[in-house]
Amino acid sequence: MDAIRTEALTKHYTVGFWRPRPYVALDGLTLQVQTGEVFGFLGPNGAGKTTTLKLLMQLIFPTSGRADILGKPAGDIDVKRRIGYLPENPYFYDYLTAQELLEYFASLFGYSPAERRTRASRLLDEVGIGAERRLQLRKFSKGMLQRVGIAQALINEPEVVFLDEPMSGLDPIGRREIREMILRLRDRGCTVFFSSHVLADAETLCSRVAIMAKGRLVTAGALSDMLAFQVRGWELVVSGLTDAVLAAAKARGDVMRVTMVGPARHALDLPLDPPPEKTLAALIAQGACLVSLTPIRDTLEDFFVQQVSGAGGSRFRESA
Amino acid sequence: MKVIGLVAVNVFKESVRDKVLYSIVAFAVMLMSTTYLIGQLTAGQDIKIIKDLGLASISIFGLLIAIFIGIGLVWKEVEKRSIYTLLPKPMRRQEFLLGKYFGLVLTLVINIAVMTAAFYLVLALMRLLEPGIDAVSAAPATDAAMLKAIALVVVELMLVTAIALFFSTFSSPFLSALLTAGLWVAGHFNSDLRNFGAVVASPTLAQLTRAMYYVLPNFSAFDVKSQVVHAQAVPASYVALTCAYGLTYIALVLVGAAAIFARRDFK
Repeated sequence: MDAIRTEALTKHYTVGFWRPRPYVALDGLTLQVQTGEVFGFLGPNGAGKTTTLKLLMQLIFPTSGRADILGKPAGDIDVKRRIGYLPENPYFYDYLTAQELLEYFASLFGYSPAERRTRASRLLDEVGIGAERRLQLRKFSKGMLQRVGIAQALINEPEVVFLDEPMSGLDPIGRREIREMILRLRDRGCTVFFSSHVLADAETLCSRVAIMAKGRLVTAGALSDMLAFQVRGWELVVSGLTDAVLAAAKARGDVMRVTMVGPARHALDLPLDPPPEKTLAALIAQGACLVSLTPIRDTLEDFFVQQVSGAGGSRFRESA
Repeated sequence: MKVIGLVAVNVFKESVRDKVLYSIVAFAVMLMSTTYLIGQLTAGQDIKIIKDLGLASISIFGLLIAIFIGIGLVWKEVEKRSIYTLLPKPMRRQEFLLGKYFGLVLTLVINIAVMTAAFYLVLALMRLLEPGIDAVSAAPATDAAMLKAIALVVVELMLVTAIALFFSTFSSPFLSALLTAGLWVAGHFNSDLRNFGAVVASPTLAQLTRAMYYVLPNFSAFDVKSQVVHAQAVPASYVALTCAYGLTYIALVLVGAAAIFARRDFK
């Protein structure tokens, strides 16, 4: 069973007072997220990431299409008991303390008063604000509110957790702690669906990603497939080559660039064609020793920029 | 039901810690205390003046709390985005809305109880300072019948809160306050609408005003302050019937608010 499944999920808003036109915030999103995976939902600002999350949380309703979580329609009370959600830039009640807020949210899941206290305390310690538990939330900084937001999303030990820009407002240490927490959640079997601008986080954490642009899904799949597909050459490090052999290889077009990386050691950039095995065999025959051979791949950032820059089209629909 | 209670307790907790509310109640209590001085200026009528001002203070300050906190109940949650973390928790939108309503009603009832206690304290002090005061008035200074007027004020304010909440589910706080206050004023002149048909020539206009009489909340029915101050009887059956009318109206307004809120997009 998929943890999350959307079918042609679409959301239009009407904009304009004198000439109202439908604005397509999300256009026919079809997506499956498997149980237990960390899924990155990527895209530039205004790509439709937050709209999708709000549709999944039923904070807004779809114009058409459907969204299921854990096999049931999004918004079902039973589903709500089994999920956690961190909105983008979360904000809470000014006059409650962090401990009170978490206990309040725990009470909505039906936990006993003792259980509420234990869960709230444990999670506040886990997100690193245990010492501030008795402070009213209006005195919290943005980063501290983000940590409270993450704690409240985990109060019910959810099976699926939705995180909208979880690293937002956090310092480098905070980012690392949250990355570690996401990995712990994955190890526990929890499905993590998170939206982010920070591609490095997605590269470190996700097994699969979806890239959105202008309200449309551009591509989705395993990160390893996406980036392996984009191998654009090889880096060969060899030792024991003479300048004459290198010059001849360059002249034949087998080597694109040569960089000296140590005494009698060179890094060679090889094209995709001819295959690296052939060039390597020729160089070994002329006295070279292999140190390493590594594919040169596009980074997720390169891939992302390539995909997103290709997405065009207006997001306004002409009304009939 | 449990979720409604939990949300209501949270609204109450937030309200209690909000200093604005303290200021309103403190000001009302202070005003009631000064009525003693105002009463001194009107020879022979002082106890009636104090009762009039005291009951009016409870009503007006209660109204301020009902409108200004009522219109912000949903708006604040949406504007500050705290609703984004709350609604995905295991609750229905209607439960959230009713929890908000009952939380404010709880706050309102406790505030009115504090103002009522202060009011009776002022009257009891007057009785102590001027022992013959009951003899010049038709009703004793600490007349328990005033509680009937206060009970009706509570139901009236519960209705105002429901109306404020209804408007706040789809409009801005300014517009909600304007519409709620407008309905409150119109509701106090409701009986005039019924009689309007007798003085206009157009039957259409007469029917329209009659329809408005039935649709608009009849707030004047809740006002028995003048009767209790002048020691006129207010039958228990009248109080019960008016409360039943108020509660039915509240139920209808809340059903309307819940229906709108259930389909609202929180962009």
